[in-house]
Amino acid sequence: MSDDMTATMIRSNQRFALRGLVPWLVFAAVLLILPFIFTDGFSFTLMNAIGINIVFALSYNMLLGQGGMLSFGHAVFFGLGSYAAMHAMIAIDDASYAGEGFWAHVPVVAMPLIGMIGGGLVALVLGWPFCRRAGTAFAMITLGLGEMIAAAGQMFPSVFGGEAGIYGNRMVGPQWFGLELAQAADVYWFIAFWTFAGVLAMWAFTRTPLGRMSNAVRDNADRLQFIGYQPRNIRFLVFIASGSFGGLAGGMAAVNYEIITPESLGLIPSGLALLMAAVGGLGVFYGPIVGAVLVTLMNSLLSDYSDASILYVGLIFLSIVMFAPRGLAGGLEHIRAAYREGSLARRLPGWFGGAVAVLLIALGLIIVIEMLFAGHGGGDTVNVFGIQFQAGGATGWLAGVAALVVGVLVMRATRKNREANA
Amino acid sequence: MSALNIKGLKKQFGPAEVICGVDLVVEKNEVHAVIGPNGAGKSTFFNLLSGAFPPTSGEIQLYGERIDGLSPEKIQQRGLSRSFQVSNVFGNLSVFENLRCACFKQSRAGYVFWRSAARVREANRRAEEVLEMIGLQALRDVPAGSLPYASQRALEIGMTIACDAPVVLLDEPTAGMSNTETAQAIKLIRQVAEGRTLMIVEHDMGVVFELADRISVLVYGKIIATGKPEDIRNNPKVREAYLGEEAA
Repeated sequence: MSDDMTATMIRSNQRFALRGLVPWLVFAAVLLILPFIFTDGFSFTLMNAIGINIVFALSYNMLLGQGGMLSFGHAVFFGLGSYAAMHAMIAIDDASYAGEGFWAHVPVVAMPLIGMIGGGLVALVLGWPFCRRAGTAFAMITLGLGEMIAAAGQMFPSVFGGEAGIYGNRMVGPQWFGLELAQAADVYWFIAFWTFAGVLAMWAFTRTPLGRMSNAVRDNADRLQFIGYQPRNIRFLVFIASGSFGGLAGGMAAVNYEIITPESLGLIPSGLALLMAAVGGLGVFYGPIVGAVLVTLMNSLLSDYSDASILYVGLIFLSIVMFAPRGLAGGLEHIRAAYREGSLARRLPGWFGGAVAVLLIALGLIIVIEMLFAGHGGGDTVNVFGIQFQAGGATGWLAGVAALVVGVLVMRATRKNREANA
Repeated sequence: MSALNIKGLKKQFGPAEVICGVDLVVEKNEVHAVIGPNGAGKSTFFNLLSGAFPPTSGEIQLYGERIDGLSPEKIQQRGLSRSFQVSNVFGNLSVFENLRCACFKQSRAGYVFWRSAARVREANRRAEEVLEMIGLQALRDVPAGSLPYASQRALEIGMTIACDAPVVLLDEPTAGMSNTETAQAIKLIRQVAEGRTLMIVEHDMGVVFELADRISVLVYGKIIATGKPEDIRNNPKVREAYLGEEAA
C-alpha cells in the first residue's frame, strides 16, 4: 500500500470523527420531513413498512455483516417478538377494559420494548447450542430452527392463533405524546421514533467493545481464542443482541399491522432479511437501511406495474450479488473512496459505461420478460416505460434482444477502461 | 520458580508420534529459542503449549500450575500468549482496533456493550503504547489485512504482547523478512523480552544466536540438547543432527 493512500485513510478518519453527527441530523430531518411530502394513506403504509424493515434488516446484519453468522432463521426473533408485543397489547386491552391491573398503565407505544425483550429471551434460551460454529453449520441449524418454530406456530393455536394468527387493537391503554394511533399518519410518528432509536442503538453497539469483538470473531475466530476469548461466547452475545433488535422490529410490526400470523416466523421473512441486507451491503453499517428501503419499495410498487414483479426482485438480487457483491452501499463507499483518492475523474467514464450497459441489459430483459408474460394470456399490448409493443409481435422481441445485445457490447467495450483504471 | 516446566510431553496424530517425550524447564525472564530441522515438531510443540491441541500425555506447568489440556483462551488468561508463524490478524479491522481487541481481556471489557470502546481507557492506553512500540503509528487506521508483510508481522507480535502476558511464545517472528526488516524485528523482540519470559521458534540462526539466552534443539520430536548458545554451537550431536552445513 502506498504512503499516499495511507495518509488519505488517516485524514479521512479524522474528518469522520468531526462529521459524526451529520448523518444523524440528516436521518432525523428526513424522518421529520417525509410525512409532509407524502401525505396520502398509501405512502404512510409504505413508510411504516420501510421503518420496520430497516430495523429488521439492520438487526439481521448484526449477525451476518458484523458477526459473520449466516442465519436463515432471523424471522423467528422478529415473529416471536411480534407475538410477545401482540399478547401484551391484548393484555393492555383487557386491563383497560377492566380498569385495573399492571397492563392498564402500559402505553402501546412501548410495545417494541416488549418485542425486544421477547426476541432477546428467545435468543438467550435457544442460542447457546447454535453459536459453537459459524459458517455452514450455523446456517443449517438456523434454517432448521426457523422451520421448526414456524411449524410449532401452527400447533399451538392458543398462543399463535393458528393459521389466522392473533389480532390486537393499538388504540387502547394510556396515550403518550398525544398519539392516538388511530391512523397510519399517527402510527408513522411511532414508527419513526423507534426506527431512529433502533438504528442509533445498533450503531452504538458497533462502537462498543462487544461490537468490535463481533467483527474480530467474524474476521478470525481462531485468533480470538489466543487473545483470551471464546468465540462461542462472543457469538452468543451477538446472537442475543441481534435477536433483541429483531424483536424490536417485530414489536413495531405488531402495533403497525395489529395482526401477526405464524407465517411471519418462517423462511420467507427470514430470506427477506438476508435479501435486504445483501442488496444494501453487508460491510457498511447503513447498507441494510438502503436495502430495506429499496426492497420494500420494489416489493410493494412493482406489483402494480408488472405481473413479473417477484421475478424482477430476484433478478436485481442476482445481479447485485454477481456485479456488486458489496451491495449498493458498498458501491457508494467505493465511489467515495475513489473521490478521496482523487481517482474519480479517471474511473468515472468506465463506471458510467458499465452503468449504461447494465441499464440496457435490464431494459432488454424487461421487454423480453414482459413479452413472455403477455404471451400467457395477458393483454394485447405490452407497455414498457411508455413504449407500446404488440403482444407476440416481432418488434417487441427484436427491441428486447437488440437492447440486450447492445448492452452486452457496451459492457465488453468499456471493460478495458474499467480494468485499466482500477 | 521456573516459568514453564514441561514433563514427558507427548503428542500423537493417529499412529504418528510428533512430540515424543519432551522435558524442558524454561526459567523466568530468559529468552529460550527452540531450533530444529523442518518437520522436527517445533510448531506442534508451540501448539501444545498454547492449547491449540491437547497433549496426548505429559504435563505442562506455567508458574507451577498445570495448563495442559486447557483451552487456548484459558491458557492465555493465565499468562501465556503466543504469536503465529503465518500472520493471523483480524483482517478487516484497523491496526489500532486489532491491538485494542487484544487488550480487552486485561480490562475485562470484551463483553461490554453498554459503553463505547473508546471509553475503555486502560485498553486504549495500552493499545497506543503497543502501537508505538511496534512502530506502526503511521498505519494506525489501515485495515490489518492490507498491511505490507513486515508490518503485519510486527502487528502479530504487538497483538501477542498487548495483554502483557508474562510468558510469550513467538513462532518464527522473522520468517520471510528482508535483512533490514529482520534487524528491526530483532530490536522489537529485545524490547518484548524485557521483564518477560520469551520462547521463540526461529530458522534464522543469526537471530537465534543474537537473542537467545539458552537454546533447545528439537529433532524428530525429541530435545537432543539444551544449553547456552556457545555450548549448542560446539555440541557435536547438534552439529551432526542439524547445524552441520550451516556451521561449516
